[in-house]
Amino acid sequence: MKFSVMVNEGPYTHQAADTAYHFTRAVLDAGHEIFRIFFYHDGVHNGTRLTTPPQDDRHIVDRWSELAHDHDIDLVVCVAAAQRRGILDKEEAKRNGKDGDNIAPGFRISGLGQLIEAGIEADRLVVFGD
Amino acid sequence: MKQIDWSSLVINESGKAVKKFMYVNRHAPHGTIYPLEGLEVVLIGAAFDQDVSMAFIGDGVFQLNKGQDTADSGMKNVALTYGALGDYEVTKLYVEQESLDERGLELNDLMNLTWEDEEENWAEKPSIQVVSRAQLSDLLEQQDVILNF
Repeated sequence: MKFSVMVNEGPYTHQAADTAYHFTRAVLDAGHEIFRIFFYHDGVHNGTRLTTPPQDDRHIVDRWSELAHDHDIDLVVCVAAAQRRGILDKEEAKRNGKDGDNIAPGFRISGLGQLIEAGIEADRLVVFGD
Repeated sequence: MKQIDWSSLVINESGKAVKKFMYVNRHAPHGTIYPLEGLEVVLIGAAFDQDVSMAFIGDGVFQLNKGQDTADSGMKNVALTYGALGDYEVTKLYVEQESLDERGLELNDLMNLTWEDEEENWAEKPSIQVVSRAQLSDLLEQQDVILNF
């Protein structure tokens, strides 16, 4: 079966990022396919490489990046939600006259159409958040 | 797994099967960003030729309250966007009766949202339909994609 995942809450504050990650791992382990993972609302904070948690805690952002690298997963951060919250890739930083970018490896910034497409193309869209 | 009911299958102009998308609104309008960012999804989604509806449950029913004014709070007034939904062909807004009752609201307290039916000589029709909790449960059951805001 083909799944899409939506993550709507920020890392560490809320369980959604962890549950979505473990769900995604379980989907892959069971031999299913992940079409896309879409980050919205505060969920866009899952995609900043500046995240520096204490060493005795899990690294939520690195965990996503590794998942994207190992399984070729499409991690998409919503551009409008990202701009409100200061998540930028090189292109967006340049376009908005900012002095740096912070998108983590394996993530890309794109529009909400990617979320609708994820709903259309997948057999199930599973949403994590409040 | 649910049996697929092929008799209800609809094909859109791009030749693909149309999915039923329901956007479920559960938050009061200006205390969190969920309603605002939810509406952004609805407006973008309208371009995708899908079968779209919205549901308003719990505090979400406050989103449709008449006469919202955010001037003093400095928040962006999301309520203004609801008037445009008809133009985006988002014409099915289901409001849960029990949620209205629990909050002392009635249909009369909500905005008068309408859409123009092209097939009936652009007759103006109400977008808001008040449904019972049980009816909404049936509607949810029929959906392919449910997004919560």
